[in-house]
Amino acid sequence: MTKPHISTSSVSRHFGGLIAVDQVDFAVPRGEIRAIIGPNGAGKSTFVGMLCGRIPVSSGKIMFNGKDVTVLPAHKRIRQGIAYTFQITSIYGRLSLKDNVRLSTSWRWGSDEAALENSIDEALSRVGLEDRMDQMAGDLSYGHQRLLEIAMGISQHPQLLILDEPTQGLADSEIADFVTLIRELGGDMTILLIEHNMNVVMDTADQITVLNLGKVLATGTPDEIRANREVQIAYLGETHA
Amino acid sequence: MSVSETNATRPAAKPLTNVKKSLYFHVGLIGVLFLLQFILPAYHHGNLARIMVLASYAMGYNILFGYTGLLSLGHAMFFAAGMYGMGLPMAHLGWTPEPALVAGFVAGIVVSASIGFLALRTSGVSFMIVTLMFAQAGFLTILYFGEWTRGDEGFVIQQAERVMAGFDLSQPANRYNAALILFSLCLIFTLKLVHSRFGRVMIAIRENEERTQMLGYDVHFHKWMAVIMSGTMAALAGAAYALLFGYAGATFASVQYSIFPLLWVLLGGAGTALGPFIGTLFMFYLIDLSSSFTTAYMLIAGLALVLLTLFLPQGLVGELRRRVMPWLT
Amino acid sequence: MELAPYLILGSIEGLVTAAVLALMAVGLSLVFGVMRVVNVAHGEFFMLGAVLAWFVADMIGGHPAISFIAALFIAPMLVGSLAIVADTTILKRINYDPERTIVATIGLLYIIQQVTLMTYGSNARPVEPPFNQRISIPWFEWTESGLSMYWPWGLGTTTYKLAVIGFAIILLLAIWLLMTRTRIGLIMRATQLDRDVAQAYGINVDRVYAMVFGLGAGLAALAAVLIVPIQQAHYLMGHDPLLLSFIVVIIGGLGSLAGTVVAAVLIGLSDGLISVFFTPTLAKIIATLIVTFVLIFRPSGLLGKHRP
Repeated sequence: MTKPHISTSSVSRHFGGLIAVDQVDFAVPRGEIRAIIGPNGAGKSTFVGMLCGRIPVSSGKIMFNGKDVTVLPAHKRIRQGIAYTFQITSIYGRLSLKDNVRLSTSWRWGSDEAALENSIDEALSRVGLEDRMDQMAGDLSYGHQRLLEIAMGISQHPQLLILDEPTQGLADSEIADFVTLIRELGGDMTILLIEHNMNVVMDTADQITVLNLGKVLATGTPDEIRANREVQIAYLGETHA
Repeated sequence: MSVSETNATRPAAKPLTNVKKSLYFHVGLIGVLFLLQFILPAYHHGNLARIMVLASYAMGYNILFGYTGLLSLGHAMFFAAGMYGMGLPMAHLGWTPEPALVAGFVAGIVVSASIGFLALRTSGVSFMIVTLMFAQAGFLTILYFGEWTRGDEGFVIQQAERVMAGFDLSQPANRYNAALILFSLCLIFTLKLVHSRFGRVMIAIRENEERTQMLGYDVHFHKWMAVIMSGTMAALAGAAYALLFGYAGATFASVQYSIFPLLWVLLGGAGTALGPFIGTLFMFYLIDLSSSFTTAYMLIAGLALVLLTLFLPQGLVGELRRRVMPWLT
Repeated sequence: MELAPYLILGSIEGLVTAAVLALMAVGLSLVFGVMRVVNVAHGEFFMLGAVLAWFVADMIGGHPAISFIAALFIAPMLVGSLAIVADTTILKRINYDPERTIVATIGLLYIIQQVTLMTYGSNARPVEPPFNQRISIPWFEWTESGLSMYWPWGLGTTTYKLAVIGFAIILLLAIWLLMTRTRIGLIMRATQLDRDVAQAYGINVDRVYAMVFGLGAGLAALAAVLIVPIQQAHYLMGHDPLLLSFIVVIIGGLGSLAGTVVAAVLIGLSDGLISVFFTPTLAKIIATLIVTFVLIFRPSGLLGKHRP
């Protein structure tokens, strides 16, 4: 049996009396695209927040690449190869697109300016923003800001890319491009995708984990999840009603 | 580290020519300041020396406030650390200016490193209040040890003691050039810093702290270093002030002297290398001119603060950059 | 001479400080709680209250009680109105941005201070208390003939000081009733909880903010009118009370009224007591450092609850 790329064992998070994530065991093998779905308030963002170190765990253990990263500060996890994109777009509005991406990738290149420039170009081209390199990020449309956010994630060449609701606010054509992009990336890196858009989930995910009320309700392939009655009641039934 | 070196090895891209433009502009300014000493009348010559030292203080403040986005209300404590770190050994231990200046510099590092370490556990409004409180405690401590510091009254550093490397720093021409050297060092340091990778991360923290952390940067460390660089520059200015003008007093540790650099930087333009100098120059002469018809010069400062927050949040140089010179750093 | 009588004296002085401090700090806390801004000019509103009390007393003349009562109404009203003007012309325009508000109120601080200096001057002037009987406090000691009572020299207080304590308690109760039992209080608390929701429910948030800012300043002025017969009015008198009320508000937990009052009593008493043992400067250094460390290590205040 191969070791999982990232895994948790009974990870929990409490906010005061509220239990946002409750003893979650979770494991994703290297190279897999895993979608995490669940109704609002299921604890998805809190859960991935703990994976990347934004939110400290209340209890439990997180392993990445076979190493315990539970108490490792966020910036060190990022440098070990985890990239995270925010649910609510979080870019540098008063800096150019180029500078945004430069910040996200510059620590990888030491003093090799040429390689850095290339990697900036490459990341922006991948999301189709290469023509807008010198614009202020804050002047972009919302959809383009989301794409920039994704470009900043890709530019880090992470081993694990965590995308928190990346298609929210994107137009249909942009969503189609996004699905293609994720499929391309899938071979190179492990991807965790929190997503509300079921079509995107079904089109991209190898496996799906369903969270409900802070617990794992089910894990399986898209077909298995579609057929799972519990999931239908807790989640799908609710949205397709 | 050096941007200009890497610049030479690759085809010039637009942002890097801007870096050069900005560098030439500021070096040109230093040249103008050097030449001014030969044509200025004695009164303004003396004023400008003082303004350059105070502007160095403001530049230190700008590193933290303008570039890193941390608003401190306690920088007088760093200014005073340099002033007393240098002045006390001279007054009581008979040190010469050279080691005393080093002592002032070290005092700046020690005080800013420890205060920064504690204060950075807070953020936002709490950070402002904590720095204010620490500075207040520092001010009171200077008063408490009045036996050595002579409290509010302060102490004079005799002219005979203010001779450094053979130059009598109480003599106007030497004083002017010493102030200009300090000013130039601070200005060039600021420019180098903001164009370095470290400086870019500082600006990134100012723009979006959480994002910067999640891009793999140790935000806390960068902020701490920013406090230390900022505080130490302020301390150097404090030491230079005591050395060049021969006086150290508790007033320089009071809340007012924490507010001044904020005012100068806001007026000139936070996050611009030149802003602190323009702000200090403008405010100095505003008060100088207004004091001919009113003694309540703080009224001018107060009005300036209110009007600035209302109508010119970017400051003079900030507006200039926005409208005319987008390449200014 | 025994120490205990001085502790009693220290406690009474401390309670007077606490009474005035509580009023002033509740004003600051109210502004912070509802509007989420720090008003650095709060000390100047206090000072203005004292100076205006002197002007009113000076103009009206007559029996001290009449001019004092007039000042008690007029000074806070004027200061409150000034604060409302400042709120609508400055703070509202910068959208209550926390940092810009601090800068703007620092500006306001200097303006008020210097205008006072230019009009009222740099003298310290007293206002006569409405009544001021001296009360000596007896003390007991064991002598050879058993327990005996005596009046140590200097151990005494005045009826006015006791009245200040009583009046402050009544005022604080009134504020508590205002906040918890009235519609206005409900509106203020709703705005404090969520500005946007309050607005959605038809509350005029701008008006609430102006009112709260005015009320906060008025409370500072009221505190000053109470203290001015004991302390004299001076244009720089706002500085120390500002720092002390910051301390009180922070220790009490930012924005919590009950915590603020408890902290005021604590600080007032300890200020009175510490100054029995230490020089005032050392007392201030210690108090300032304690507060700073509370802010660093217990950001929600010693008495405050942790927010989730």
